[in-house]
Amino acid sequence: MPTTAEDQTRPDRGGGVGVQSFEAASLEVSGIELAFGKNKVLRGVDLAVPAGQTACVIGPSGSGKSTLLRAVNRLLEPDAGDIRMGGESVLTSNPDQLRRRIGMVFQHFNLFPHKTVLDNITLPLRKIKKLTKEEAADAALAQLDLVELREKASARPGNLSGGQQQRVAIARALAMRPEVMLFDEATSALDPELVKGVLALMADLASAGMTMVVVTHEMGFARQVADQVAFMDHGVVVESGVPEKLFTAAESPRLQQFLSQVL
Amino acid sequence: MDIWSTLKDTFLDWESMRAVLPEMLKVGLVNTLILAAASVVLGTVLGMIVAVMGLSRKRLLRWPAKIYTDIFRGLPAILTILLIGQGLSPITRHWWGPNPYPLGILALSLIAAAYIGEIFRSGIQSVEKGQLEAARALGFGYSAGMWLVVIPQGVRRVLPALVNQFIALVKESSLVYFLGLLASQRELFRIGQDAAATNGNLSPLLLAGIFYLVITVPLTHLVNWFDRRLREGRPEEHEIEELAHADHR
Repeated sequence: MPTTAEDQTRPDRGGGVGVQSFEAASLEVSGIELAFGKNKVLRGVDLAVPAGQTACVIGPSGSGKSTLLRAVNRLLEPDAGDIRMGGESVLTSNPDQLRRRIGMVFQHFNLFPHKTVLDNITLPLRKIKKLTKEEAADAALAQLDLVELREKASARPGNLSGGQQQRVAIARALAMRPEVMLFDEATSALDPELVKGVLALMADLASAGMTMVVVTHEMGFARQVADQVAFMDHGVVVESGVPEKLFTAAESPRLQQFLSQVL
Repeated sequence: MDIWSTLKDTFLDWESMRAVLPEMLKVGLVNTLILAAASVVLGTVLGMIVAVMGLSRKRLLRWPAKIYTDIFRGLPAILTILLIGQGLSPITRHWWGPNPYPLGILALSLIAAAYIGEIFRSGIQSVEKGQLEAARALGFGYSAGMWLVVIPQGVRRVLPALVNQFIALVKESSLVYFLGLLASQRELFRIGQDAAATNGNLSPLLLAGIFYLVITVPLTHLVNWFDRRLREGRPEEHEIEELAHADHR
């Protein structure tokens, strides 16, 4: 069952997103397998994220982290396993309908460059949610307020900094009122000075009670914001747990080796 | 021999230019514009269909598009125009009489569609895969994602090439002359050629050339205008900005 984020007891870290409430849903991934031809990328991944919580997925390149996110919203169809949102399996439902319940933020933002910031957000609201032009504009401007970019409404994405583009991408995803948010290395393409603002926004979202799966190389973020961290390698979750335990008392040698390289 | 005098008599006979000017304006220019505009519209629509078929994941759609493109790009334009214009004439004569225009327009459009299809296809394929992925992640289906997000970007990227193709089409419209035209159907080239034959100099053809340039040169500047508009944004964006600030006040 979806839970209202206002029920969450997580302390508010401040920031505009904290005032927004979400109909966050739990997410359970069990035994997901996915192969590209003979190359098995996911070999039975399990991950359970209670409603309103944040799971960070860490691991080396090629471990299947991004593929896992795309399997969750069925941009890539899993070969086996199950995905449940709010306790209900979603693999039998229409994938387009499913994606309207799951927001996704990409490493390279993927804003539509031929449209203004405002139009980037209103396009799905008008075409998918069937809002009127005025309703869509109001909803989009409200989201831009939350990411503090209202003044950029008429700008083209190409005229924004990477950090601003990523915040617009987050606003675009949030405008669809998702129950779960997926972040695929959302700060990896940003210049170091721009990373902080996007991470702060993501932390605000987590505080506000959004269910989030965050693929990240930002170990500090995972440590501070995540309710649980999952370490993936070779297409499986090798080890998972609360951040404190995972970062200070890793059990598997592979995770210990990984942490020794990145920390 | 006085070279300047010879050149002047050949190319700058003002009297024969002045004599043919009204007909060139009223008949030739109008017919050339009709031929070119109709072929541009039909060729663009067909070209988009060819491009979408060419990009399809289904071989049954992809192969016909590829074969079509190979054939119509590979044949000389005049050959296609004669084959279609004269070859189909006995069949179409029952519908619109001996008028060569519909078949001429069809032939020009089929030729243009092969090139325009390739232009569209290259433009659409140049759009980053992440764009369709983002559209799909928002909940758009494949077709909606392509039509709303990918294709508009692809088309914008190839506007200059597209306008070049339109320019080629304006020039190629003169080839329908080979289908045999009534006096009222003559386009710029044919009128210029007839007048040149009558007057014994090429000045009317030079005048026809000037008319072609009047059509084609602004088209090249249209490309620059498109580019500028894409860079600077549309006028209504300023309205959005005002709306955003107004709501803030």
